[in-house]
Amino acid sequence: MTTPTYITQFRTLADAPSAQGETPSWLPALREAAFERFTSLGFPTTRNEDWHFTSVTPIVEKTFKAVSAAPTTLTLSDLEPYLVDAGWHRLVFVNGRLEPALSQFSELPADVQLSPLSDMLREEPEWMEKHLGKLAAFDSAAFTALNTAFMQEGIVLRVPKGEVVEVPIHVLHVTDANAAGAAIHPRMLVVADEQAQVMLIESYIGLGGASYLVNGVAEVVVGDGARVDHYRIQRESVDAFHVGTVQVTQGRDSIYHSFSYAAGAALSRTNIYTKLANTGGEARLNGLYVLDGSQHADHQTFVEHLAESCASRELYCGVLDGQSHGVFNGKVYVDPIAQKTDGKQTNKALLLSPQARVDTKPQLEIFADDVKCTHGATIGRLDEMALFYLKSRGIGGENARALLTYAFAAEALETIEIDALRLDLERQVFERFTHTQLL
Amino acid sequence: MLRITNLHASAGDKEILKGISLEVKAGEVHAIMGPNGSGKSTLAQVIAGHPGYAVTSGSIEYMGQDLLELDAEERAQQGVFLAFQYPVEIPGVTNAYFLRAAYNEIRKSHGQEEADPIEFLDIMEEKLKLVEMDATMMQRSVNAGFSGGEKKRNEILQMAVLGPKLAVLDETDSGLDIDALRIVAGGVNKLKRADNATIVVTHYQRLLNYIIPDFVHVLAGGRIIKSGGKELALELEAKGYDWLLEPAMSNAGA
Repeated sequence: MTTPTYITQFRTLADAPSAQGETPSWLPALREAAFERFTSLGFPTTRNEDWHFTSVTPIVEKTFKAVSAAPTTLTLSDLEPYLVDAGWHRLVFVNGRLEPALSQFSELPADVQLSPLSDMLREEPEWMEKHLGKLAAFDSAAFTALNTAFMQEGIVLRVPKGEVVEVPIHVLHVTDANAAGAAIHPRMLVVADEQAQVMLIESYIGLGGASYLVNGVAEVVVGDGARVDHYRIQRESVDAFHVGTVQVTQGRDSIYHSFSYAAGAALSRTNIYTKLANTGGEARLNGLYVLDGSQHADHQTFVEHLAESCASRELYCGVLDGQSHGVFNGKVYVDPIAQKTDGKQTNKALLLSPQARVDTKPQLEIFADDVKCTHGATIGRLDEMALFYLKSRGIGGENARALLTYAFAAEALETIEIDALRLDLERQVFERFTHTQLL
Repeated sequence: MLRITNLHASAGDKEILKGISLEVKAGEVHAIMGPNGSGKSTLAQVIAGHPGYAVTSGSIEYMGQDLLELDAEERAQQGVFLAFQYPVEIPGVTNAYFLRAAYNEIRKSHGQEEADPIEFLDIMEEKLKLVEMDATMMQRSVNAGFSGGEKKRNEILQMAVLGPKLAVLDETDSGLDIDALRIVAGGVNKLKRADNATIVVTHYQRLLNYIIPDFVHVLAGGRIIKSGGKELALELEAKGYDWLLEPAMSNAGA
């Protein structure tokens, strides 16, 4: 399954003198193990249950190469429409390279550490060895293995005990025309210690209209009583490919709140996996995908209830037009010891054209007896009664449809707790459907 | 203003309206009363242009034109308004946006300029007072999470903003406590003018203590079986519907 090109690329990377000298001693072995795993797994096929509705053939056929290291010509004004709030802490990566001139994160509290991955590998190899690759298993995950083998840059965020970071941290992964034909493997490691709180926004933005692959992996440790809000805003170029895997582990009474917005890319797959490893943890996994043309977006969530009295809440909404294809696979596992589990999963899709298609697969495996777990999936068209309501107020035809389509999407957007971000996405979605401005 | 002649309408293959004739003139208030399932709400929705009902025969003439030729949005633009029995929730769309969109659609259809958000705020301020609603309601999503009373007040607010010529209130009193009923009825009365007309559809006489009708019609089995003045409503309150239904039904069976 694996093309020889990736092997050549990997050997070039692994055997380069610079790699030998700079990486910590344990890293080459991790990369080798990951690459070996990738070569034996190959890219997933639709025979793989987890990839049944999503064919990655277009990614396999492309054979993406390493990104060229040309310095960016982008300026802050090019990024202005994507900043959401210029007052947030900000790290900007262009084609996988950190651009310090476009970034601003010096105002973070002094004991909060936010560093480029490469710096951390150089400066704190022992701490990194303890954390990197510990959550994101690649035994059966080819894309995670590929990321682990090829990862070059990314961020490490450490929030110490009791620290509450009030201002959100925005990580922008921007690609331009120089990314054409390239693969970028951003890596993120977040460790929020006991009682710490942090809000993180990852934006994936394609500016050059190129075809490229972003294959990101994030590992998130949410300590006891800690809270991490994690937003992923995927607005890649329409010819691009995006695979993102987030693997979370949650401590006692912790909250992990995730929101995934997928509006870009020809083909995207987003994996949000969390382990509720100690009592009283809460996972909130929400998302919205808005597709048109021949776009394909697949979300897979997996909540592992591994301790008593944990709660999980999921709401995913999808709006599909053209010949687009959406997939939602929500897996919930309730361990025999996870009594008093409270789980709820809701998945809704709105089909705007007869050619649009959605495959939805709730998957609950419950091995405890004292639990409350529900799931519901609806696939539909616009409500005739609501359309009539708008028409009876003089709002006809396309305007009525557009307004109701927006209203459908807005239900998911309402779960966004950062006001500026919610308003920004509401505005984007509103303008997309109604072609007028939201006031 | 409105002339309904021998109107028959069906939902699917079930005939619900079986020959309704009714004339409403400018300045008049008509009450349509009747037991559950008599076709009252169907009549209201057929006037507003609900696509779920097919008019099989008869006609509706409104302001000299054939109302049945118009789509629901065109009827609204021509001044027909239906206050819904069950107002629809639209999460994510603020009341302010919704009302301004409706107001401007209607203005556009008459070749008038659209109101900008600032102008519209001024219009709203006055209308909100009419139904004793707080300005914060304008920033909430349309009907989403509203109480029953708030929804009905919101309907009357919409009516006040859009200024219809013909308003049809479908069971606007259902689910209202006495204070909300007083506010809703007060709003309707203040909107009454010599050049507009109101049709009040209700099961109970209670609302008619506040909105005094000029004519009362009793609808049963898809037909108007009795018409009279406001005293007919009081008689129905005292005696119920049965005394009217029995002779009507035996006629139908004969």
